[in-house]
Amino acid sequence: MRNIGIIAAKEFRSYLNAPMAYVVTAIFLALSGTFFATYLAATNYSDTSLTGFLNAAGFLILLFAAVLTMRLIAEEKKLGTFEFLLTAPVRDVEIVLAKFAGSVAVLTAMLALTLYYPLLLIVFGDPDLGPIATSYFGLLLIGGASLAVGVFASSITSNQIVAAAVAGGILFGLWFLGTAARFAPGGLGEVLSYLSLADHFPDFVHGIIDTRAIVYYLSVTALFLFLAVRSIETGRWG
Amino acid sequence: MIRVKNLTKSYRERLAVDDISFAVGKGEIVGFLGPNGAGKTTTMRMLTGYLMPSCGEVWIGEYNMAAESLAGRRLVGYLPETAPLYTDMTIRGYLTYAARLRGLDRKRTKARIDEVVVTCGLADYVDVILGKLSRGYRQRVGLAQAIVHEPEVLILDEPTAGIDPIQVAQTKALITELGKDRTILLSTHILPDVSAICERVIIINKGRILAEDRIDNLSDTMKAGKRLRLTVDGPAEAVSEALSQIDLVLSVTFEKPHHYIDYSFDQEPQAAITRVMVEHGWTLLAMEPAGVGLEDIFLKLADDAGSIH
Repeated sequence: MRNIGIIAAKEFRSYLNAPMAYVVTAIFLALSGTFFATYLAATNYSDTSLTGFLNAAGFLILLFAAVLTMRLIAEEKKLGTFEFLLTAPVRDVEIVLAKFAGSVAVLTAMLALTLYYPLLLIVFGDPDLGPIATSYFGLLLIGGASLAVGVFASSITSNQIVAAAVAGGILFGLWFLGTAARFAPGGLGEVLSYLSLADHFPDFVHGIIDTRAIVYYLSVTALFLFLAVRSIETGRWG
Repeated sequence: MIRVKNLTKSYRERLAVDDISFAVGKGEIVGFLGPNGAGKTTTMRMLTGYLMPSCGEVWIGEYNMAAESLAGRRLVGYLPETAPLYTDMTIRGYLTYAARLRGLDRKRTKARIDEVVVTCGLADYVDVILGKLSRGYRQRVGLAQAIVHEPEVLILDEPTAGIDPIQVAQTKALITELGKDRTILLSTHILPDVSAICERVIIINKGRILAEDRIDNLSDTMKAGKRLRLTVDGPAEAVSEALSQIDLVLSVTFEKPHHYIDYSFDQEPQAAITRVMVEHGWTLLAMEPAGVGLEDIFLKLADDAGSIH
């Protein structure tokens, strides 16, 4: 735990010292804010919900995760600092968990900045707070899974662009499985739908916490973090 | 402190390290000498746990690096070939990170950093961003992170590479100082570095150990160690003949327009050469060191090894 704390704190500080996190956060806020506001305007301010924001947020988080995580391991490989880290008395799994935790901290901070959307609704209207809480929970789960995919993508290359592209590829693939599921026959459709990053999210928006959804997002997270650890271990065999 | 048994590393088809065994005792400073691509870096990466060997064993202290890598790594300070620096951190931030990762508590970390920045000549730069440092200073920071947690074993990959002569001298002095109470294995491809710092050398080429001995015992092998280039105004053959009569000179070769003199690294034949010139009435136009015959040593050692088989 101590090692994870030390590395995660260092990663979080690196994010704060570089422009990347600020740029993606700014873009995320600008886009999600636009969706939030235009939806409210479109319903003539009768539906005081986060629907506009939430419709876009899940997908935006995928982009955000791919860009935010690309440097985590790939940059260390390029700088040669990975040798420094891998020869320190730290377990590979601690490195992966710490890097993941650092990026989750940035995601949490970014989502916290969007809390002024529901705040506006509370001040000027009477929103249903239950679904808002579950929606944020869902966004954190999607975000966590996406960041785990990003950490894995960053662990397989020393090129940050490649890492972002791989992460984007996997994430969009998993996201659009839901769309594919609608055209697939019966059983296959259900399987694809279950595997889709997108299809579990609407429940959270409607205020439902489905155990299956939680298990799904946590499984994806665990799977890709595990793959990242394996990828580092494999690297040691040269 | 370091024991290596039948260590082998192969990358697909290529054998980078081929069945080498050696040991470095507590408190020893041992030089790992070899040309570029000899397998020095790969070996050091296996010693530090960065790479897994294809075959063979590494022991650091009492720990087998295959089974108890973490415990072994705790004993080691490692300077890789290029100093591994996070370019966005300050010297203090980076050294703090390094010390904390190796298990020092906050208080000890602070105290140790105050010490190592002085030891490594970085005291005036502690708040400078690493990305802005020159190569010489990067190397110093690399050394500082390797010693910040006071490891018993130091593994230094080319610690004097790419820095200016004054810094080389400082680094050598620092390593000698550090070597008083710890075990050091350092690699280099520069012969004088080894003879200045190390008590013992391991010479490696193409992944195999060619020779391993104390510096003074290796003098036979190192006879080609020093070389002078002379420019003489006189009959070339007669000059060669006269020069080869000098006791301290091992061999004389003439490559127009220079005479090359090989001599043992612990001898100083210059005075005798000048006397010979004066006796014969020749003019010595120039006499200068002609570099180190390390390549020659490797060729010779490789030859010797070849002729045994």
